Amino acid sequence: MTAAVQQETAPARRSRTRVLREVLRKPAAAVSIGYVLLLVVLAIGGRWIAPHDPDVQDLGNRFAGPSLEHWFGTDDFGRDVASRIINAAAVTISAPAISVGIAVAIGLPLGLWAAVRGGWVDAITGRLADTVLALPALVGALAIVAVLGPGLVTTMIAVGIIFSPAIFRVVRGAALAVTEETFIRAADAVGSSRRRTLWVHVLPNIAAPLLVQTTILMGVALLVEASLSFLGLGVQPPDASWGSMLKAAYANQFDAPYAVVPPGIAMVLTVLAFNTIGDAIRDAVGLRRRT
Amino acid sequence: MSGRMIVRRLGGGVLVLWLVSLVTFLMVQLIPGDPAQVIAGENASAADVERIRERLGLDRPVIEQYLTWLFGVLRGDLGRSLFTDRPVTSTILLAAPPTLALAVAAIVVAVLVGVTAGVLAGLAQGSWLDRAISSLATLGIAMPSFWVAMLLVSVFALGLGWFPATSYAPMSRGLGTWASHLVLPAVALGLATAAELARHTRGCVADVLTRPYVRTARARGATTGWLVRRHILRNAAIPVVTVLGLQTGRLLGGTIVIEAVVGISGLGTLAVNSVLQRDYPVIQGYVLFCAAVVVLINLIVDLTYGWINPKVRTA
Repeated sequence: MTAAVQQETAPARRSRTRVLREVLRKPAAAVSIGYVLLLVVLAIGGRWIAPHDPDVQDLGNRFAGPSLEHWFGTDDFGRDVASRIINAAAVTISAPAISVGIAVAIGLPLGLWAAVRGGWVDAITGRLADTVLALPALVGALAIVAVLGPGLVTTMIAVGIIFSPAIFRVVRGAALAVTEETFIRAADAVGSSRRRTLWVHVLPNIAAPLLVQTTILMGVALLVEASLSFLGLGVQPPDASWGSMLKAAYANQFDAPYAVVPPGIAMVLTVLAFNTIGDAIRDAVGLRRRT
Repeated sequence: MSGRMIVRRLGGGVLVLWLVSLVTFLMVQLIPGDPAQVIAGENASAADVERIRERLGLDRPVIEQYLTWLFGVLRGDLGRSLFTDRPVTSTILLAAPPTLALAVAAIVVAVLVGVTAGVLAGLAQGSWLDRAISSLATLGIAMPSFWVAMLLVSVFALGLGWFPATSYAPMSRGLGTWASHLVLPAVALGLATAAELARHTRGCVADVLTRPYVRTARARGATTGWLVRRHILRNAAIPVVTVLGLQTGRLLGGTIVIEAVVGISGLGTLAVNSVLQRDYPVIQGYVLFCAAVVVLINLIVDLTYGWINPKVRTA
């Protein structure tokens, strides 16, 4: 009997390499994955890769335009903008990653719990999700930052909490759909414990929608955190993210109007990459487009 | 939509609003450490801390605090600002017009640009125009609205001087002045929504074009313009309303950053300043206001379905 049940779940596992191959076959998705990997390399090794020290000031050379020496020019302290963008990649990428991790840590167990238990657990968790969703992401994040105080860490927590209902809903929906499948009933029938059913049968089958949702949320989280940093509530100097770089660049728009371009383009490309990867995975696993 | 359905939706909305109000009330209680000390600041004297504790009622039992606060909210009394000492309700109502004008203008931009682009792409599926619109929509969704606002201000206000660069002009200064101040921020805020609308409208147009009644109409010699007016726009109305409902929150949140870029002193600016000053009564009022707007819009969207599509009325 166990063998039969395992055979039922096998397709979900075997298809993983197939999904990856299908995603990589799309040029846009392959380029996006390459771009994200490059960002990760820059985030880890930025200090050594950057052409200049991102913190060295050259006050005689403020607001210099792009040149061979300074690809994206220099900022209000004469610091090399290209090096600062590379250096800020670490915070810019890791902040949404940690936020989405927090959202999964909250939303995944609650979503599974709501789907498996149903009844009052489902009703209460569902209402809690509705409550958080009634607030615009930025407004909710602002409220949480108001409680915890401004800063990078509190911003990451705030965005994580705000996005947890999105994970919760996807997990709950996918888990409910899976529990209707025959192989789950078969597992129940052969006396598989609830925990085992959850780990071996339910989790692998909600992995795909969860992966799509987390990838898309990465882009949104990056934008929300950039917004908070731009407002001065997120990353605090001397740390820098692309959002806080935009804030500084915009404050000096009369001296260097083009300075807002490089951090913004870096941000657009990154969000674009996450969205493209998310869409490609969604198409590859045959999920419907989000509405 | 039946009367019973409307009552159920209303009830759901009221329940969510009550939960939001509960969470909002708890905001002050959840401040790590002693809330009164945190609000007063590290260097505040003991007397100042006590004064704040008393003003916020933090010296009373939590249940009593909550009931006092809740009955206040129900009467429209959100307390007083810790900094200006003005009533929060009037502070919010005073700051609301520029923000709401910006949000509504952004919706107008989004519908005009998004629906037009979506219909064009849907009618010319597979053409270069379709591909161009799809690519632009993908790009539009990935662009942070506040960055777009910076670029628009740099190019069209500071560079070309076509529009004023900053601030909001009330309608009393003339419709032209009012509109010219709103154009750039509204375009920046509405762009992502326009992109989302374009995608959904295109899908809807593509779907309608495969319907038998469209083929019949074509066979009877109907022009494309007639088809667009008679069938396509009507069918596209449903995804448009759905997307707009879902995007209300995004637009409302977006006003915060756009206001910071363009220097509009509306609700967003009020909220950010209140967070920086730890003016909790104002933040609580702002959060409740935003939640009420979102719940109300979703209710209106639900009711609109019945009006657009008679099939939903009985559901």
